Amino acid sequence: MEINGYHGEDGTADETEEEEMGGLKRLRTSKKETAAGLRAGAGMENVAAGASAPSERRASSAVARQRIDSLKKNRPPFPWFGMDIGGTLVKLVYFEPKDITAEEEQEEVENLKSIRRYLTSNVAYGSTGIRDVHLELKDLTLCGRTGNLHFIRFPTHDLPAFLQMGRDKHFSSLHTTLCATGGGAYKFEPDFRMMADLQLLKLDELDCLIRGVLYIDSVVPSGGPSECYYFENPTDPERCVQRPYTLENPYPLLLVNIGSGVSILAVYSKDNYKRVTGTSLGGGTFLGLCCLLTGCSTFEEALEMASQGESTRVDKLVRDIYGGDYERFGLPGWAVASSFGNMMCKEKRESISKEDLARATLVTITNNIGSITRMCALNENIERVVFVGNFLRVNTLSMKLLAYAMDYWSKGQLKALFLQHEGYFGAVGALLELLNPS
Amino acid sequence: MADCDQMGRSTHSMDKSITLPPDEIFRNLENAKRFAIDIGGSLTKLAYYSTVQHKVAKVRSFDHSVKETDDDPLYEISVQEEIFARLHFIKFENAYIETCLDFIKDHLVNTETKVIKATGGGAHKFKDLIEKKLKLKVDKEDEMTCLIKGCNFVLRNIPHEAFVYVKHADSEFRFQNTHPDIFPYLLVNIGSGVSIVKVESEDKFERIGGSSIGGGTFWGLGALLTKTRRFDELLQLASRGQHTNVDMLVKDIYGGSYGSLGLTGDLIASSFGKSATADKEFSKEDMAKSLLHMISNDIGQLACLYARLHNLSRVYFGGFFIRGHPVTMHTITYSINFFTKGEVQALFLRHEGYLGAIGAFLKGAEEDNPNQYSWGENYAGSSGLMSVSPELNPMQRARSGTFPFDMLEMDRLERKLVNLPLLQDPSSYIPDTVDLTEDALAREYWLYCFEEALDGVVKRAVASQPDLPQAAERAEKFRQKYRHKLQTLRHQPFAYGSLTVRSLLDTREHCLNEFNFPDPYSKIKQRENDMALKYFQKVVKSLEKLSWEQRQFALIKGLLAGNVFDWGAKAVSDVLESDPEFGFEEAKRQLQERPWLVDCFDQWIERLKGPPHKCALFFVDNSGIDIILGVFPFVRELLCRGTEVVLASNSGPALNDVTNGELQILTERIAAMDMIIQSGIKEDRLILVQSGSSSPCLDLSRLDKVLATVVRERHTDLVIIEGMGRAIHTNYYATLSCESLKLAVIKNSWLAERLGGKIFSVVFKFEQPGKSQGGHQ
Repeated sequence: MEINGYHGEDGTADETEEEEMGGLKRLRTSKKETAAGLRAGAGMENVAAGASAPSERRASSAVARQRIDSLKKNRPPFPWFGMDIGGTLVKLVYFEPKDITAEEEQEEVENLKSIRRYLTSNVAYGSTGIRDVHLELKDLTLCGRTGNLHFIRFPTHDLPAFLQMGRDKHFSSLHTTLCATGGGAYKFEPDFRMMADLQLLKLDELDCLIRGVLYIDSVVPSGGPSECYYFENPTDPERCVQRPYTLENPYPLLLVNIGSGVSILAVYSKDNYKRVTGTSLGGGTFLGLCCLLTGCSTFEEALEMASQGESTRVDKLVRDIYGGDYERFGLPGWAVASSFGNMMCKEKRESISKEDLARATLVTITNNIGSITRMCALNENIERVVFVGNFLRVNTLSMKLLAYAMDYWSKGQLKALFLQHEGYFGAVGALLELLNPS
Repeated sequence: MADCDQMGRSTHSMDKSITLPPDEIFRNLENAKRFAIDIGGSLTKLAYYSTVQHKVAKVRSFDHSVKETDDDPLYEISVQEEIFARLHFIKFENAYIETCLDFIKDHLVNTETKVIKATGGGAHKFKDLIEKKLKLKVDKEDEMTCLIKGCNFVLRNIPHEAFVYVKHADSEFRFQNTHPDIFPYLLVNIGSGVSIVKVESEDKFERIGGSSIGGGTFWGLGALLTKTRRFDELLQLASRGQHTNVDMLVKDIYGGSYGSLGLTGDLIASSFGKSATADKEFSKEDMAKSLLHMISNDIGQLACLYARLHNLSRVYFGGFFIRGHPVTMHTITYSINFFTKGEVQALFLRHEGYLGAIGAFLKGAEEDNPNQYSWGENYAGSSGLMSVSPELNPMQRARSGTFPFDMLEMDRLERKLVNLPLLQDPSSYIPDTVDLTEDALAREYWLYCFEEALDGVVKRAVASQPDLPQAAERAEKFRQKYRHKLQTLRHQPFAYGSLTVRSLLDTREHCLNEFNFPDPYSKIKQRENDMALKYFQKVVKSLEKLSWEQRQFALIKGLLAGNVFDWGAKAVSDVLESDPEFGFEEAKRQLQERPWLVDCFDQWIERLKGPPHKCALFFVDNSGIDIILGVFPFVRELLCRGTEVVLASNSGPALNDVTNGELQILTERIAAMDMIIQSGIKEDRLILVQSGSSSPCLDLSRLDKVLATVVRERHTDLVIIEGMGRAIHTNYYATLSCESLKLAVIKNSWLAERLGGKIFSVVFKFEQPGKSQGGHQ
């Protein structure tokens, strides 16, 4: 979610409510289509099954048959995808079934096989698509099927290439339902239909986000690296270490999603949440400003530069103004008084490096998110804050800054938590909607 | 604060060719004491306290027991020098600081001052220079403390100090009433960074938060992105740019709005989001605009979060990022409206730039107890809002021989001013009936009217001082000054808060005083008072002959006829000047026949048939026939009914309004002729109080503290307000918690037409709280 706005706790305007109802209607219509798709799929399967081994089915006990039937009835046909089309990145999760029986293998249409093989045998797609192998969840059971969950991303501006691929691989012939969330699900719906003959089931991105977070946290095995973690001793760089955290009783919880922009949600239970506010100063701002200031072109490049720079040459600190701490107001000398404040001065503008500028941009954006988050936590009276979103991907600098800011300015009251699958929760939520329509 | 290149550079470029006009800048330096200075990133604000010697007209009663001839005037008028306290504040660019210090050194004659209070980020940089030039010790004061002190001071003492900014409205500035209780409030100071301060009382404030994303971020980041060095130029770039070319909007992600959250498509989803994905050049203007939005939105959002957490609804914004820049006031206002859905209004201050200097000054002047007095903005000596804004007033900048500066002068009022205790709701009370800032037609008319009347005022001023030197020259200076004010107000009606007939009148009085014409009407008032006194007994006798009901009507008619005698109204002054014999009876004939334009006379008679009022407070208007033949017979009747009467008159002169000094003499004389008035005074049932004002209009929220005490102690249950200035231009819609009578004769055909009547139409408005109002047209 990447919107700079405030979503009220109560009473939205009439107009909005109408729109919301419109949205619901749209959803419902889409669901009917899904059901139709399901029946068509099941029919296909039945035809195939009927041709091969009808006797075996009849042999199973009535109860078992009922169970399997109900599972099968509710289970959509493969492939299973969940998609989140954001302002900058498209996030795709793909469930690769590993429990395919020999007959299933035989029945599986060629298109489906080719998609599975293409996705699982590569780690990069085209020039910009990437599979985050380290995030892959193995031996996951979903809707009675066991398999691996893959996490793939590519830039939103490459969506046309993705649609072209879907068309080339005759994706539409599979009659699958593509569950998609994020703004792009709305913006690109006609493109999906026209370019790839695909019908999207559009889902609300905040619903998906929360569903995804709660699900992933619950299925990640306890043996491996914990999904949720925090930084111990965040105010002491020497002793600051990453530690696992168990999100057993997560509520109430402040969920801060940092994508291109930022959304802040207060989550009170599985289905009770509100969007508290948002800010337009997010990951997109960091990258946008870095591109303009340093000439870099990718997030990774910008982060790499930031890691080598020094923000204190760019920012004006409290001690630059007061010579030390501003004791009257309890402001430490190291605190930033004015982000980019030194850049008002021509000589200083000429003495800094691109790396310094990248670092200052990162620190400015991160601290600002931290301070808005902290105010929201105070206003909502919530002590646990979970930060997610792709801005945090490979961005330990920002995570540690956020951990520090939460701890220092709240005098230890607030705890900053992070999740391994940072930016993929929306897509996971969309996949879950495909399997278990809510 | 920003110690930046532009600033650093300019401090050394002192222009020796500049000569300062001493009667325009640094006025009254001869008697100056208690200096304070606030040196910011680009502007210096200097404050000093001085005394001004002004002529005042005094009246003194002759000893009538000795000689009693008819030809002698009732009292004598003398013009004396009196000393007033005044605060001077001057704002100029740091570039001129040395020129200014030299000027002060040369003109500072006999001061005992040893120290100068200093605040602001630049104070340490100029410490040595100040100490060397002025031989004063620089004494540093905490910036935030000064800021808050200054803010409290202006909020308390300057009406229409705070305003809401509305970009596309007829009048961009919506001035706020002075709230009787200014606390608690939130001050968001946007300097290079942002400080958010909660102010709970005069001495209690706390910095509850802040942000590093502030004016310095706009400036620094803006300079990097656009290679534009000056803050003002960056703002100008921004005002020409399109942020949608750089920002990623909701519709860029969604294709339209995000309906389920009620977020419209035009909202910014990610600031600078497009510059991260699109590989192209962005214009300086667009980037500057995007940056401005990003920073303003962010500050607005934080301010709202803090306001909500601390449950505060009044949020004032200040600091160099805001200072008089319509662009930033607009973006901040937009942001606040968005985040609070209109629950919190972004408030700005007319004298925001002076807060630090005022506060530093107050810190140094604590032994003078400046907070024990009431102060008033002097319209003659203050430049007004946006006087040096380059966009609005390029002329001022280009003026040769001097440099742009802005001034604020505040007069210490002799008396502490407070609310009338009988105001129904002090916080919503607005004295003025028409806001000329918002009513363009009315504004045009009144500005024209005051310009037309100027010649007459000048003539009258000269004639009032036949024996005093340079009266003609001074009067000419007055003309220029007031005409200049009128011209300024034509282009910037918001310069001194809401423009009203009252502010136009007050400005004229301030300008007259400035050039030592304290009371141009003193002689006329004296002559008219003399004349009217001779008729007093005759009028009383003829009233006594009437039946009760006839008498009540005659008394009201007398009040109204008396009120025709008003030199402030052009229609009347023309007649008075050409025909001094224009008499009381003639005035009565001029009056509109009943039913009047607003006619509550029947309700009034009904009320009089009931129990007498406990105590009536009467705000009187003109000298001569009005007070003597109109008001006194009416007062006499009230006393007879058993009602105590408090006569409230102006403390200082304004037009031909009767002053407290004059009224004391008149009352003595009438008491000598009339037993009822005499016993009223003896028994303390008739008393005279000062209103605390020197205006032809009346602001019930700024009245003499003594008056308020008397009103409360005597359980006043009737307020009478007489005259156009007090009952029509002001207070026409004022709601009181007791019965009130507002009466006036409309002596201006334009206004009469506007109200649906003709010239000499009568307004007689009687209001009783809790009763439905009748008698309207």
